[in-house]
Amino acid sequence: MLSGGDMLIRALHDEGVDLIFGYPGGAALHIYDAIFNQDKVEHILVRHEQAATHAADGYARSTGKPGVVLVTSGPGATNAITGIATAYMDSIPMVVISGQVTRDSIGSDAFQETDMIGVSRPIVKHSFMVQNAEDIPAIVKQAFHIATTGRPGPVVIDIPKDVTDPGETFPYAYPESIKIRSYAPPTKGHSGQIKKAVEILMSARRPVLYTGGGVVLGDGSELLKQLARALGFPITNTLMGLGAYPATDPQFLGMLGMHGTYEANMAMSEADVILAVGARFDDRVTNSDVSKFCPNATILHVDIDPASISKTVTAHVPIVGPVVPVLEEMLEQVKASKIKIDAEALAAWWKKIDHWRERDSLGVTPAEGEMIKPQQVIQALYKVTNGEAYVTSDVGQHQMFAAQYYHFDLPRRWINSGGLGTMGFGLPAAMGVQLAFPDAIVACVTGEGSIQMNIQELATCKQCALPIKIVNLNNEALGMVKQWQDMQYSGRYSQSTYADSLPDFVALAEAYGHVGVRIEKMSELESKMKEAFAMKDRLVFIDVAVDPNEHVYPMAIRNGAMSEMFLSKTERT
Amino acid sequence: MRRIISILMENQPGALSRVVGLFSQRSYNINSLTVAPTDDPTLSRLTVTTIGDDRKIEQIIKHLNKVVDVAKLVDLTEGSHIERELMLVKVKATGAQRAEVKRVADIFRGDVVDITPTMYTIQLTGTEEKLDGFIQALAGTTILEVARTGVSGVARGEKILSL
Repeated sequence: MLSGGDMLIRALHDEGVDLIFGYPGGAALHIYDAIFNQDKVEHILVRHEQAATHAADGYARSTGKPGVVLVTSGPGATNAITGIATAYMDSIPMVVISGQVTRDSIGSDAFQETDMIGVSRPIVKHSFMVQNAEDIPAIVKQAFHIATTGRPGPVVIDIPKDVTDPGETFPYAYPESIKIRSYAPPTKGHSGQIKKAVEILMSARRPVLYTGGGVVLGDGSELLKQLARALGFPITNTLMGLGAYPATDPQFLGMLGMHGTYEANMAMSEADVILAVGARFDDRVTNSDVSKFCPNATILHVDIDPASISKTVTAHVPIVGPVVPVLEEMLEQVKASKIKIDAEALAAWWKKIDHWRERDSLGVTPAEGEMIKPQQVIQALYKVTNGEAYVTSDVGQHQMFAAQYYHFDLPRRWINSGGLGTMGFGLPAAMGVQLAFPDAIVACVTGEGSIQMNIQELATCKQCALPIKIVNLNNEALGMVKQWQDMQYSGRYSQSTYADSLPDFVALAEAYGHVGVRIEKMSELESKMKEAFAMKDRLVFIDVAVDPNEHVYPMAIRNGAMSEMFLSKTERT
Repeated sequence: MRRIISILMENQPGALSRVVGLFSQRSYNINSLTVAPTDDPTLSRLTVTTIGDDRKIEQIIKHLNKVVDVAKLVDLTEGSHIERELMLVKVKATGAQRAEVKRVADIFRGDVVDITPTMYTIQLTGTEEKLDGFIQALAGTTILEVARTGVSGVARGEKILSL
């Protein structure tokens, strides 16, 4: 016999959860007492509920296991909303448990009451309001099932306080399996469609593989590698897909889209066949006018979510299914196919691509004197960490530089908020990663704008002794906003600068009990970063002064085709 | 194009708001909406009429299918179907108007279900178009109140929507 609170924690344990992130408060106190009385599920106390969701998110992205969050009602729940929306946009499996006021006071505008089910509805995969304590095991089972299967996503469980009352106990049994009659995610692709796609693929003359976050989420990287190698075709990854295919492989063209490489975007634009896998033709890839997107290409689209297919760009061959069984079947059919790839056409295609590569669109011109370019910081980070770090990022220029210059060879190493673009994501996400992999190198690439959105988590890092390395590209302005203001608003920097009021980040890090390092000279960049990363058991806040006038290039030209890009402040295609 | 989508969903709290929320969230139109439990009390049937081109309707149907509470759905307008809506209209009926209103109601096979010395309440069932037609036919009179249920429907013939 267990109370509702005990049942909840026990059910989490039975579900395989050993780590949760949260923040206590009135409506969740029975649950917190249940946590106190056991030692199987560890709770990480964050300093703001948004950080709990991002930390759970980072944990989920790096491990593939669902992230779990516990918050109280009202402000605890609403503070979690940004993190839930972040997970929703990037299809991250997450279960968020929110306390709620007692059942009889719901709807009475009680203290710390918020309609969490209502507030979270557009940004969750599903949600549950627990009406009876006896339902807790089944609801927890269903929540995890829904969060982790099909296209993953966050699920909210809202629990009224009286349901977790320690004074009332109930028999407990955790269900072994669950069946939800109205929920049946696809388990394999349609063989006929796969056959059709393979025929088109094998007959292509200018093919491109365009793959996204779905390959990472579906653990399809190994198969993708095999398929790409069997075909010998060029491949590009979306921002969310980085690491799904090794960035240092010669077949890799780099990231595509708004800040993609020249060769990736040109290849897409001139392709005759595009195989999209786990990518959703997001506006940051297609640019806003989809009528100009790859006009000559036959589009083969593999996705687990039918609603992602033909949403913005019409797929000629849609294939709904999970990435692994679909790629397995594709690979088999490619190997068995009677159609021979036109080697001459493919060689000509590669020649063209190599010509585009010669443009070296990510080439960095060093500044004169000791000024550090932000790109050089990422290059140094890549070198110092041997390309082996887990890199989380916030949102803005630094995020794009990290995506462009840190070459991810493995999936689940690049952790960023791609869909929602949430500033403040990086540091808490890094906490989740470091807790999942205590011995790994975890770097949070951020900017002085983003880091201040969840800076309070330095205290959580202290409490949990997390040796994260924060790499702050400090350009003393909201860099991406400023870049757009340069390019589209004649340099009118409306509310994007604050150089007169920036904190001393070294002192700030030290105030929280960490190590702070300031780097201002190019000649010191690598050596000081090396020193920082050598402090294996300390969090080091590396504050790097970078060129404040640098822009991210390439940059897609608004409403243009994929082939239309700015390549520097003075060059465009 | 106008479409009638019929949905079988879990008769659970929150299910309706998830379906309705989807329409507002993705800025799809709802022209009419009707929902009630079926013969199986654990299932509700919701019928929604909406407008959109084929591409939009395809997206609406895909997104509806993704709602965890939605068990099954059909676009009734894809095949031949029967659609009905019920309407109650209160009309001013005095003097010469009294006979005229009754005559129009009879032509539309409406029933006068309540009367006072100055008005009729007329009940009418039929397609959305027929109900619209009746209101147009009453143009010369004073309509006091209109209550419509929204469209419900089933496919013709052997095709059924069930689990």
